[in-house]
Amino acid sequence: MSATAFDAAAAARRWRPPPLIASPMLRYAVYLSALAYALLAMGSIEVNWARASEGVERGLRFVLGFFPPDFTSKRQDIVEGLLESLTMTVVSTVIGVALSIPVAVGAARNLAPLPIYLFCRAIIALSRTFQEIIIAIVFVAMFGFGPLAGMLTLAFATIGFMAKLIAEDIEDIAEEQAEAIRATGASWFQLLAWGILPQVRPRLIGLSAYRLDINFRESAVLGLVGAGGIGDTLNTAFDRYEFDTAAAVLLIIIAIVLVAEYSSSWLRRKVQ
Amino acid sequence: MLLTISGLTKRYPTGDLALSSVDLAVPKGQVMALIGPSGAGKSTLIRCVNRLVEPSAGSIMLDGTELTKLGAGALRRARRRMGMIFQEYALVERLSVMENVLSGRLGYVGFWSSWFRRFPRKDVEEAFRLLHRVGLEHMVDKRADALSGGQRQRVGIVRALMQGPQLLLVDEPTASLDPKTSRQIMRLILELCEERGLAAIINIHDVALAQQFARRIVGLRAGQIVFDGPATELTAEVLTTIYGEEDWSSTIRAVGEDDDEAVAA
Repeated sequence: MSATAFDAAAAARRWRPPPLIASPMLRYAVYLSALAYALLAMGSIEVNWARASEGVERGLRFVLGFFPPDFTSKRQDIVEGLLESLTMTVVSTVIGVALSIPVAVGAARNLAPLPIYLFCRAIIALSRTFQEIIIAIVFVAMFGFGPLAGMLTLAFATIGFMAKLIAEDIEDIAEEQAEAIRATGASWFQLLAWGILPQVRPRLIGLSAYRLDINFRESAVLGLVGAGGIGDTLNTAFDRYEFDTAAAVLLIIIAIVLVAEYSSSWLRRKVQ
Repeated sequence: MLLTISGLTKRYPTGDLALSSVDLAVPKGQVMALIGPSGAGKSTLIRCVNRLVEPSAGSIMLDGTELTKLGAGALRRARRRMGMIFQEYALVERLSVMENVLSGRLGYVGFWSSWFRRFPRKDVEEAFRLLHRVGLEHMVDKRADALSGGQRQRVGIVRALMQGPQLLLVDEPTASLDPKTSRQIMRLILELCEERGLAAIINIHDVALAQQFARRIVGLRAGQIVFDGPATELTAEVLTTIYGEEDWSSTIRAVGEDDDEAVAA
């Protein structure tokens, strides 16, 4: 061994995992300023403890108003709202998914020429930029109160959500499988049906089920801006201080969301 | 000549010159091996023939049809006459064996028939006949990704034959297979070409396999053909021109057994 023999043991003793921020000066400066900011921020919060204790009591009364939940006295309204919501959810998901497929194909860089790609990406961006509530307000203004506005809102939101994720899945396909289908003399639509669809189908089914579940939850919120459904029923119950009915509606929403959540995750596992 | 390639040049948008003025002619029924180092342009060459890659210049005649000038519809019809076999099999993994095999007929059926998997009875019959020929008739409804490598490649071969091709374009058919399966697959391709009188261009980097199975060997280096001759003339000098300096004595021993001159030269 020469004098300059490599000493692995010494190197191992000296070695430390490299820190996130390499320069120690900068590192400690960042840590210190974060700490200082947190302290200053906490100091600036004014807590009115008297008001808070009063609020707790008021909140308690509000919560107690929910018990016992009343399923019966507004039974008719609840059932109607629920059916409206479910119809809205299913119709908007079906329409949204159907429309999202061509948009997804157009937004996949490996299938679409640049102008079509940009156009479809713009649709997706537009649909994803605005929160459902904002879109719902616009649609309520355009089509009046009721489930039509809610349905259109959800369908529009579904397009952005589905098209973006499916387009990404299409861009991630195994290219040589599609190439093999092209090499047989298949047409463009056959290429989609035989080379692309089998590769994205599990994701398509899984996301549709997931979106169905999201759309139901959203439909409960959209009622608050007058877009129909169970949210309308809930909103009315609050407006009339019928907290026991509101509690019943909330319990039903929770139950349905749980069922939807469980069955959509079961379906997603199934199609993998 | 079944296939006549002249002056074929391909420059990728990145500026790489993959093929530079390649001339190659393949007569009916001839099985030809295309050898050369990685990046020599073997894949590009066969992909230019069925225009999965668009050639930059040159002409490709297949049995009287000029392929480079075809519009979309005519190109589809021309592609039916060229079956392609891929390195990683390129089966659509989530489709069944039978669906993969029938996808070879996509150029012949309309969209809706193919969507509903309604293929003519004689196509399905031919599919069963070919699957039986390669020993996979008991696997028809298995998903393609449930098969072993050798089985998948046999499905790939059957898919190509389903097209009723005159020419097979074979891209590294054995690169993902073990040595024994590689030989079985090569033998199968050769037998099927013989039975059906098909010509084939087989890209392959295994020189020993190329020599064993193809009578004509074409060597490609940096986008140019540097050797074109019978397998028996593949000497150490020739391999050096194709691949560069290396000790080739063990690689070409197989030929040496029946042609000592070639090795000695």
